[in-house]
Amino acid sequence: MLRVDVTKQLGEFLLEAAFESQGRVTGLFGASGAGKTSLINMIAGLLRPDRGVIALDDETLDDTAAGVHVPPHRRRIGYVFQDARLFPHLDVRQNLDYGRRMNRLAADPAQHARVTDLLDIGHLLDRRPGKLSGGERQRVALGRALLSKPRLLLLDEPLGSLDEGRKEEILPYLVRLRDEGIPMVYVSHDAAELRQLATQIVMLKQGRVTALGGVKVLT
Amino acid sequence: MFDISPAEWTAILLSLRVAVVATLVATPFGIALAWLLARREFWGKSILDAAVHLPLVLPPVVTGYLLLLTFGRRGLVGAWLADHLGIVFAFRWTGAALACGIMSFPLLVRPIRLSIEAIDRRLEQASSTLGAAPWQVFATVTLPLALPGVLAGMVLGFAKAIGEFGATITFVSNIPGETQTISSAIYSLIQTPDGDTAAGRLVLISIVIAMGALIASEWFARRATKRLHGN
Repeated sequence: MLRVDVTKQLGEFLLEAAFESQGRVTGLFGASGAGKTSLINMIAGLLRPDRGVIALDDETLDDTAAGVHVPPHRRRIGYVFQDARLFPHLDVRQNLDYGRRMNRLAADPAQHARVTDLLDIGHLLDRRPGKLSGGERQRVALGRALLSKPRLLLLDEPLGSLDEGRKEEILPYLVRLRDEGIPMVYVSHDAAELRQLATQIVMLKQGRVTALGGVKVLT
Repeated sequence: MFDISPAEWTAILLSLRVAVVATLVATPFGIALAWLLARREFWGKSILDAAVHLPLVLPPVVTGYLLLLTFGRRGLVGAWLADHLGIVFAFRWTGAALACGIMSFPLLVRPIRLSIEAIDRRLEQASSTLGAAPWQVFATVTLPLALPGVLAGMVLGFAKAIGEFGATITFVSNIPGETQTISSAIYSLIQTPDGDTAAGRLVLISIVIAMGALIASEWFARRATKRLHGN
Protein backbone atom coordinates (compact mmCIF):
# COMPACT_ATOMS: atom_id res chain seq x y z
CA MET A 1 0.00 0.00 0.00
CA LEU A 2 1.22 3.46 -0.91
CA ARG A 3 0.18 6.47 1.13
CA VAL A 4 1.04 9.99 0.00
CA ASP A 5 0.05 13.24 1.66
CA VAL A 6 2.46 16.02 0.69
CA THR A 7 2.84 19.72 0.07
CA LYS A 8 5.56 21.20 -2.07
CA GLN A 9 6.04 24.75 -3.31
CA LEU A 10 7.80 24.79 -6.67
CA GLY A 11 8.28 28.41 -7.65
CA GLU A 12 4.78 29.75 -8.32
CA PHE A 13 3.32 26.28 -8.42
CA LEU A 14 1.84 24.65 -5.32
CA LEU A 15 1.61 20.88 -5.25
CA GLU A 16 -0.75 19.66 -2.58
CA ALA A 17 -1.66 16.05 -3.11
CA ALA A 18 -3.00 13.26 -0.95
CA PHE A 19 -4.01 9.76 -1.96
CA GLU A 20 -3.84 6.17 -0.85
CA SER A 21 -3.49 3.33 -3.24
CA GLN A 22 -4.06 -0.38 -2.79
CA GLY A 23 -4.09 -0.98 -6.49
CA ARG A 24 -1.51 -3.04 -8.31
CA VAL A 25 -1.14 -0.34 -10.94
CA THR A 26 -1.90 3.16 -9.80
CA GLY A 27 -2.42 5.43 -12.79
CA LEU A 28 -1.41 9.00 -12.12
CA PHE A 29 -3.36 10.96 -14.69
CA GLY A 30 -3.21 14.64 -15.57
CA ALA A 31 -2.26 17.20 -18.18
CA SER A 32 1.37 18.24 -18.49
CA GLY A 33 2.22 20.71 -15.74
CA ALA A 34 -0.24 19.10 -13.31
CA GLY A 35 2.64 18.07 -11.04
CA LYS A 36 2.78 14.36 -11.89
CA THR A 37 6.54 14.12 -12.27
CA SER A 38 7.21 16.17 -9.13
CA LEU A 39 4.90 13.86 -7.24
CA ILE A 40 6.67 10.66 -8.28
CA ASN A 41 10.06 12.30 -7.79
CA MET A 42 8.96 12.73 -4.19
CA ILE A 43 7.92 9.09 -3.97
CA ALA A 44 11.37 8.14 -5.34
CA GLY A 45 13.06 10.41 -2.80
CA LEU A 46 14.66 12.65 -5.45
CA LEU A 47 12.62 15.62 -4.25
CA ARG A 48 11.85 16.38 -0.61
CA PRO A 49 8.34 17.48 0.32
CA ASP A 50 7.99 20.74 2.27
CA ARG A 51 5.41 19.09 4.45
CA GLY A 52 3.81 15.71 4.70
CA VAL A 53 4.12 11.96 4.76
CA ILE A 54 4.99 9.28 2.23
CA ALA A 55 4.69 5.66 3.33
CA LEU A 56 5.04 2.38 1.48
CA ASP A 57 3.51 -0.69 3.12
CA ASP A 58 4.48 -0.19 6.77
CA GLU A 59 7.63 1.84 6.16
CA THR A 60 7.66 5.61 6.46
CA LEU A 61 9.79 7.07 3.66
CA ASP A 62 9.13 10.72 4.39
CA ASP A 63 7.67 12.32 7.45
CA THR A 64 8.61 15.98 7.69
CA ALA A 65 7.11 16.37 11.17
CA ALA A 66 9.33 13.56 12.49
CA GLY A 67 12.32 14.61 10.36
CA VAL A 68 12.30 11.34 8.40
CA HIS A 69 13.69 11.27 4.86
CA VAL A 70 14.93 7.99 3.48
CA PRO A 71 17.41 8.77 0.66
CA PRO A 72 16.56 7.38 -2.81
CA HIS A 73 19.21 4.67 -2.77
CA ARG A 74 17.71 3.09 0.37
CA ARG A 75 14.09 3.10 -0.84
CA ARG A 76 14.24 0.16 -3.21
CA ILE A 77 11.86 1.95 -5.53
CA GLY A 78 12.56 1.43 -9.23
CA TYR A 79 12.12 4.35 -11.60
CA VAL A 80 11.67 4.25 -15.35
CA PHE A 81 12.20 7.74 -16.73
CA GLN A 82 10.57 9.14 -19.83
CA ASP A 83 14.02 9.60 -21.38
CA ALA A 84 15.34 6.14 -20.29
CA ARG A 85 18.58 7.58 -18.83
CA LEU A 86 20.70 4.57 -19.63
CA PHE A 87 24.35 4.97 -18.65
CA PRO A 88 26.15 5.85 -21.90
CA HIS A 89 29.51 4.45 -20.77
CA LEU A 90 28.10 1.00 -20.01
CA ASP A 91 26.76 -1.56 -22.45
CA VAL A 92 23.25 -2.98 -22.11
CA ARG A 93 24.41 -5.94 -20.04
CA GLN A 94 26.18 -3.67 -17.54
CA ASN A 95 23.21 -1.31 -17.44
CA LEU A 96 20.92 -4.24 -16.60
CA ASP A 97 23.32 -5.48 -13.96
CA TYR A 98 23.83 -2.07 -12.36
CA GLY A 99 21.11 -2.21 -9.69
CA ARG A 100 22.11 -5.71 -8.60
CA ARG A 101 25.73 -4.59 -8.17
CA MET A 102 24.84 -1.43 -6.25
CA ASN A 103 22.55 -3.35 -3.91
CA ARG A 104 25.14 -6.14 -3.57
CA LEU A 105 22.58 -8.78 -4.47
CA ALA A 106 23.73 -12.23 -5.52
CA ALA A 107 23.65 -12.90 -9.26
CA ASP A 108 20.30 -14.38 -10.28
CA PRO A 109 20.69 -15.84 -13.78
CA ALA A 110 17.13 -17.19 -13.82
CA GLN A 111 15.63 -13.77 -13.09
CA HIS A 112 18.01 -12.18 -15.60
CA ALA A 113 16.94 -14.62 -18.30
CA ARG A 114 13.26 -14.12 -17.49
CA VAL A 115 13.49 -10.33 -17.69
CA THR A 116 15.50 -10.30 -20.90
CA ASP A 117 12.97 -12.74 -22.42
CA LEU A 118 10.01 -10.76 -21.17
CA LEU A 119 11.34 -7.60 -22.80
CA ASP A 120 13.04 -9.23 -25.82
CA ILE A 121 16.37 -7.56 -25.17
CA GLY A 122 18.60 -10.65 -25.15
CA HIS A 123 20.09 -9.75 -28.55
CA LEU A 124 21.03 -6.21 -27.39
CA LEU A 125 23.23 -7.15 -24.42
CA ASP A 126 26.57 -6.18 -25.97
CA ARG A 127 25.44 -2.87 -27.45
CA ARG A 128 25.98 0.61 -26.09
CA PRO A 129 22.86 2.74 -25.43
CA GLY A 130 23.92 5.10 -28.23
CA LYS A 131 23.29 2.30 -30.73
CA LEU A 132 19.73 1.51 -29.59
CA SER A 133 16.43 2.77 -30.99
CA GLY A 134 14.09 4.73 -28.72
CA GLY A 135 11.87 1.70 -28.11
CA GLU A 136 14.82 -0.58 -27.36
CA ARG A 137 16.24 1.98 -24.95
CA GLN A 138 12.95 2.14 -23.06
CA ARG A 139 12.77 -1.65 -22.83
CA VAL A 140 16.31 -1.81 -21.43
CA ALA A 141 15.39 0.91 -18.91
CA LEU A 142 12.41 -1.23 -17.84
CA GLY A 143 14.67 -4.25 -17.48
CA ARG A 144 17.26 -2.30 -15.54
CA ALA A 145 14.66 -1.08 -13.04
CA LEU A 146 13.10 -4.56 -12.71
CA LEU A 147 16.43 -6.28 -12.08
CA SER A 148 17.19 -4.02 -9.13
CA LYS A 149 14.33 -5.95 -7.47
CA PRO A 150 12.27 -2.95 -6.39
CA ARG A 151 9.24 -3.16 -4.10
CA LEU A 152 7.52 -0.49 -6.18
CA LEU A 153 8.08 0.58 -9.76
CA LEU A 154 7.54 4.17 -10.89
CA LEU A 155 7.00 4.76 -14.59
CA ASP A 156 7.02 8.35 -15.78
CA GLU A 157 5.34 8.46 -19.20
CA PRO A 158 7.49 5.58 -20.43
CA LEU A 159 5.85 5.91 -23.86
CA GLY A 160 5.99 9.70 -23.89
CA SER A 161 9.07 10.09 -26.05
CA LEU A 162 7.99 7.46 -28.59
CA ASP A 163 5.94 7.84 -31.78
CA GLU A 164 2.64 5.96 -32.28
CA GLY A 165 4.18 2.89 -33.88
CA ARG A 166 6.74 2.51 -31.11
CA LYS A 167 4.06 2.91 -28.46
CA GLU A 168 2.19 -0.05 -29.92
CA GLU A 169 5.48 -1.94 -29.76
CA ILE A 170 6.07 -1.28 -26.04
CA LEU A 171 2.53 -1.50 -24.69
CA PRO A 172 2.34 -5.32 -24.71
CA TYR A 173 5.54 -5.44 -22.65
CA LEU A 174 4.01 -3.13 -20.09
CA VAL A 175 0.94 -5.36 -19.87
CA ARG A 176 3.23 -8.34 -19.26
CA LEU A 177 5.07 -6.32 -16.64
CA ARG A 178 1.81 -5.52 -14.87
CA ASP A 179 1.04 -9.22 -14.72
CA GLU A 180 4.40 -9.82 -13.02
CA GLY A 181 2.83 -8.51 -9.83
CA ILE A 182 5.23 -5.71 -8.84
CA PRO A 183 3.13 -2.75 -7.70
CA MET A 184 3.50 0.19 -10.07
CA VAL A 185 2.73 3.87 -10.25
CA TYR A 186 2.18 4.72 -13.89
CA VAL A 187 2.22 8.37 -14.91
CA SER A 188 0.49 9.39 -18.11
CA HIS A 189 -1.58 12.10 -19.75
CA ASP A 190 -3.08 9.53 -22.10
CA ALA A 191 -6.39 8.12 -20.85
CA ALA A 192 -6.38 5.26 -23.38
CA GLU A 193 -3.02 4.05 -22.15
CA LEU A 194 -4.18 4.06 -18.54
CA ARG A 195 -7.39 2.25 -19.36
CA GLN A 196 -5.30 -0.62 -20.64
CA LEU A 197 -2.87 -0.73 -17.74
CA ALA A 198 -4.13 0.84 -14.52
CA THR A 199 -6.24 -0.76 -11.83
CA GLN A 200 -6.72 2.47 -9.93
CA ILE A 201 -6.63 6.11 -11.00
CA VAL A 202 -5.42 9.23 -9.23
CA MET A 203 -6.40 12.29 -11.22
CA LEU A 204 -4.19 15.33 -10.77
CA LYS A 205 -5.09 18.87 -11.84
CA GLN A 206 -2.94 21.92 -11.13
CA GLY A 207 -1.19 20.26 -8.23
CA ARG A 208 -4.29 18.83 -6.58
CA VAL A 209 -5.98 15.45 -6.61
CA THR A 210 -9.40 15.95 -8.19
CA ALA A 211 -10.60 12.37 -8.48
CA LEU A 212 -9.76 8.92 -7.14
CA GLY A 213 -11.10 5.53 -8.06
CA GLY A 214 -11.29 2.86 -10.73
CA VAL A 215 -10.50 3.42 -14.40
CA LYS A 216 -14.03 4.67 -14.97
CA VAL A 217 -13.09 8.04 -13.44
CA LEU A 218 -11.24 8.63 -16.69
CA THR A 219 -14.47 9.06 -18.64
CA MET B 1 73.37 19.53 -32.71
CA PHE B 2 71.59 16.35 -31.58
CA ASP B 3 74.36 15.23 -29.28
CA ILE B 4 72.69 15.48 -25.88
CA SER B 5 75.23 15.80 -23.07
CA PRO B 6 74.93 13.89 -19.76
CA ALA B 7 74.21 17.17 -17.94
CA GLU B 8 71.35 17.87 -20.34
CA TRP B 9 70.01 14.35 -19.90
CA THR B 10 70.03 14.88 -16.14
CA ALA B 11 67.95 18.03 -16.57
CA ILE B 12 65.51 16.33 -18.95
CA LEU B 13 65.01 13.29 -16.70
CA LEU B 14 64.68 15.49 -13.63
CA SER B 15 62.05 17.59 -15.38
CA LEU B 16 60.11 14.47 -16.30
CA ARG B 17 60.32 13.11 -12.75
CA VAL B 18 59.25 16.43 -11.23
CA ALA B 19 56.33 16.83 -13.64
CA VAL B 20 55.13 13.22 -13.31
CA VAL B 21 55.20 13.29 -9.50
CA ALA B 22 53.58 16.75 -9.38
CA THR B 23 50.76 15.64 -11.69
CA LEU B 24 50.11 12.30 -9.99
CA VAL B 25 50.00 13.81 -6.50
CA ALA B 26 47.90 16.79 -7.57
CA THR B 27 45.29 14.76 -9.51
CA PRO B 28 43.25 13.36 -6.57
CA PHE B 29 43.12 16.83 -5.02
CA GLY B 30 42.20 18.27 -8.41
CA ILE B 31 39.33 15.81 -8.85
CA ALA B 32 37.99 16.50 -5.35
CA LEU B 33 38.15 20.25 -5.85
CA ALA B 34 36.68 20.12 -9.36
CA TRP B 35 33.76 18.05 -8.05
CA LEU B 36 33.22 20.48 -5.17
CA LEU B 37 33.22 23.49 -7.51
CA ALA B 38 31.01 21.77 -10.09
CA ARG B 39 28.46 20.11 -7.85
CA ARG B 40 28.20 21.87 -4.49
CA GLU B 41 27.06 25.28 -3.30
CA PHE B 42 28.73 26.49 -0.12
CA TRP B 43 29.84 29.63 1.60
CA GLY B 44 33.17 30.90 0.27
CA LYS B 45 32.93 29.01 -3.02
CA SER B 46 33.94 32.03 -5.10
CA ILE B 47 36.91 32.64 -2.80
CA LEU B 48 38.02 29.03 -3.18
CA ASP B 49 37.56 29.29 -6.94
CA ALA B 50 39.72 32.42 -7.02
CA ALA B 51 42.37 30.81 -4.81
CA VAL B 52 42.65 27.86 -7.19
CA HIS B 53 43.24 30.23 -10.09
CA LEU B 54 45.65 32.47 -8.19
CA PRO B 55 48.87 30.77 -9.40
CA LEU B 56 47.73 31.51 -12.96
CA VAL B 57 47.65 35.27 -12.42
CA LEU B 58 50.22 35.87 -9.65
CA PRO B 59 53.79 36.57 -10.77
CA PRO B 60 55.46 33.13 -10.45
CA VAL B 61 58.24 34.69 -8.38
CA VAL B 62 55.60 35.66 -5.81
CA THR B 63 54.24 32.12 -5.64
CA GLY B 64 57.79 30.82 -5.30
CA TYR B 65 58.58 33.27 -2.54
CA LEU B 66 55.38 32.39 -0.67
CA LEU B 67 56.34 28.71 -0.96
CA LEU B 68 59.76 29.52 0.44
CA LEU B 69 58.20 31.35 3.38
CA THR B 70 55.76 28.51 4.05
CA PHE B 71 57.67 25.35 3.11
CA GLY B 72 61.26 26.55 3.57
CA ARG B 73 63.32 25.02 6.36
CA ARG B 74 62.34 27.85 8.68
CA GLY B 75 58.82 28.18 7.26
CA LEU B 76 55.85 27.33 9.45
CA VAL B 77 54.83 24.18 7.55
CA GLY B 78 58.34 23.37 6.32
CA ALA B 79 59.86 23.24 9.81
CA TRP B 80 57.05 21.07 11.13
CA LEU B 81 57.26 18.63 8.19
CA ALA B 82 61.06 18.38 8.55
CA ASP B 83 60.91 17.80 12.32
CA HIS B 84 57.99 15.38 12.45
CA LEU B 85 57.87 13.57 9.13
CA GLY B 86 61.38 14.12 7.81
CA ILE B 87 60.02 15.66 4.61
CA VAL B 88 62.16 18.50 3.27
CA PHE B 89 61.15 20.60 0.29
CA ALA B 90 63.72 23.40 0.35
CA PHE B 91 66.38 23.02 -2.36
CA ARG B 92 65.26 19.47 -3.16
CA TRP B 93 63.61 18.05 -6.26
CA THR B 94 60.52 17.40 -4.12
CA GLY B 95 60.28 21.17 -3.65
CA ALA B 96 60.41 21.59 -7.42
CA ALA B 97 57.56 19.08 -7.68
CA LEU B 98 55.56 21.02 -5.08
CA ALA B 99 56.10 24.31 -6.92
CA CYS B 100 55.17 22.72 -10.27
CA GLY B 101 52.10 21.03 -8.75
CA ILE B 102 50.79 24.30 -7.41
CA MET B 103 51.57 26.28 -10.54
CA SER B 104 49.86 23.72 -12.78
CA PHE B 105 46.89 23.13 -10.46
CA PRO B 106 44.50 25.60 -12.17
CA LEU B 107 45.15 23.97 -15.55
CA LEU B 108 44.56 20.54 -14.02
CA VAL B 109 41.30 21.45 -12.31
CA ARG B 110 39.62 23.31 -15.15
CA PRO B 111 39.04 20.48 -17.69
CA ILE B 112 37.95 18.14 -14.89
CA ARG B 113 35.46 20.68 -13.62
CA LEU B 114 34.09 21.31 -17.10
CA SER B 115 33.66 17.62 -17.78
CA ILE B 116 31.86 17.08 -14.47
CA GLU B 117 29.58 20.03 -15.22
CA ALA B 118 28.79 18.52 -18.62
CA ILE B 119 27.51 15.27 -17.08
CA ASP B 120 23.73 14.98 -17.10
CA ARG B 121 22.72 15.05 -13.44
CA ARG B 122 19.68 13.01 -14.32
CA LEU B 123 22.00 10.06 -14.89
CA GLU B 124 23.22 10.45 -11.32
CA GLN B 125 19.59 10.50 -10.16
CA ALA B 126 18.89 7.32 -12.11
CA SER B 127 21.90 5.75 -10.44
CA SER B 128 20.61 6.59 -6.96
CA THR B 129 17.15 5.14 -7.67
CA LEU B 130 18.94 1.91 -8.61
CA GLY B 131 20.43 1.72 -5.12
CA ALA B 132 23.75 3.56 -5.47
CA ALA B 133 24.90 5.49 -2.40
CA PRO B 134 26.39 8.93 -3.14
CA TRP B 135 29.98 7.64 -3.21
CA GLN B 136 28.90 4.82 -5.55
CA VAL B 137 27.20 7.34 -7.83
CA PHE B 138 30.51 9.20 -7.96
CA ALA B 139 32.61 6.09 -8.54
CA THR B 140 30.38 4.40 -11.12
CA VAL B 141 28.78 7.29 -13.02
CA THR B 142 30.40 10.68 -12.38
CA LEU B 143 34.07 9.68 -12.46
CA PRO B 144 33.93 7.31 -15.46
CA LEU B 145 32.03 9.89 -17.51
CA ALA B 146 34.50 12.60 -16.44
CA LEU B 147 37.54 10.41 -17.09
CA PRO B 148 38.51 11.92 -20.46
CA GLY B 149 38.38 15.35 -18.80
CA VAL B 150 40.54 14.05 -15.97
CA LEU B 151 43.11 12.78 -18.46
CA ALA B 152 42.99 16.04 -20.43
CA GLY B 153 43.59 17.97 -17.21
CA MET B 154 46.46 15.70 -16.26
CA VAL B 155 48.13 16.17 -19.63
CA LEU B 156 47.72 19.94 -19.51
CA GLY B 157 48.94 20.09 -15.91
CA PHE B 158 51.92 17.92 -16.86
CA ALA B 159 52.83 20.21 -19.74
CA LYS B 160 52.65 23.25 -17.49
CA ALA B 161 54.64 21.49 -14.76
CA ILE B 162 57.44 20.47 -17.08
CA GLY B 163 57.90 24.04 -18.29
CA GLU B 164 57.54 25.79 -14.94
CA PHE B 165 60.37 28.17 -14.20
CA GLY B 166 59.72 31.22 -12.03
CA ALA B 167 58.25 29.66 -8.91
CA THR B 168 60.62 26.70 -9.03
CA ILE B 169 63.83 28.69 -9.31
CA THR B 170 62.67 31.08 -6.57
CA PHE B 171 61.74 28.27 -4.21
CA VAL B 172 64.41 25.62 -4.78
CA SER B 173 67.05 27.48 -6.80
CA ASN B 174 68.92 26.01 -9.78
CA ILE B 175 71.08 23.12 -8.55
CA PRO B 176 72.26 20.75 -11.32
CA GLY B 177 71.16 17.20 -10.59
CA GLU B 178 68.78 18.22 -7.81
CA THR B 179 66.55 21.09 -8.89
CA GLN B 180 67.81 22.06 -12.34
CA THR B 181 64.94 21.32 -14.71
CA ILE B 182 64.94 21.89 -18.49
CA SER B 183 63.76 25.46 -18.00
CA SER B 184 66.41 26.41 -15.47
CA ALA B 185 69.07 24.60 -17.52
CA ILE B 186 68.10 26.70 -20.56
CA TYR B 187 68.27 29.80 -18.39
CA SER B 188 71.77 28.90 -17.19
CA LEU B 189 72.94 28.04 -20.72
CA ILE B 190 71.77 31.35 -22.12
CA GLN B 191 73.87 33.10 -19.48
CA THR B 192 76.96 31.12 -20.51
CA PRO B 193 79.12 32.03 -23.55
CA ASP B 194 78.81 29.29 -26.23
CA GLY B 195 75.76 27.85 -24.51
CA ASP B 196 73.51 28.64 -27.50
CA THR B 197 73.63 25.25 -29.21
CA ALA B 198 72.88 23.34 -26.02
CA ALA B 199 70.11 25.80 -25.15
CA GLY B 200 68.67 25.34 -28.64
CA ARG B 201 68.54 21.57 -28.16
CA LEU B 202 66.66 21.89 -24.88
CA VAL B 203 64.31 24.45 -26.41
CA LEU B 204 63.47 22.00 -29.20
CA ILE B 205 62.89 19.23 -26.69
CA SER B 206 60.52 21.36 -24.63
CA ILE B 207 58.59 22.36 -27.76
CA VAL B 208 58.18 18.67 -28.69
CA ILE B 209 56.98 17.77 -25.18
CA ALA B 210 54.52 20.68 -25.05
CA MET B 211 53.10 19.95 -28.52
CA GLY B 212 52.72 16.28 -27.67
CA ALA B 213 50.84 17.17 -24.51
CA LEU B 214 48.49 19.56 -26.30
CA ILE B 215 47.70 17.01 -29.00
CA ALA B 216 47.07 14.32 -26.38
CA SER B 217 44.83 16.68 -24.42
CA GLU B 218 42.78 17.46 -27.54
CA TRP B 219 42.42 13.76 -28.27
CA PHE B 220 41.12 13.07 -24.75
CA ALA B 221 38.64 15.94 -25.05
CA ARG B 222 37.27 14.46 -28.28
CA ARG B 223 36.88 11.08 -26.61
CA ALA B 224 34.97 12.77 -23.79
CA THR B 225 32.32 14.05 -26.18
CA LYS B 226 32.04 10.66 -27.82
CA ARG B 227 31.65 8.90 -24.50
CA LEU B 228 28.92 11.26 -23.33
CA HIS B 229 26.96 10.56 -26.49
CA GLY B 230 27.07 6.86 -25.85
CA ASN B 231 28.86 5.50 -28.90
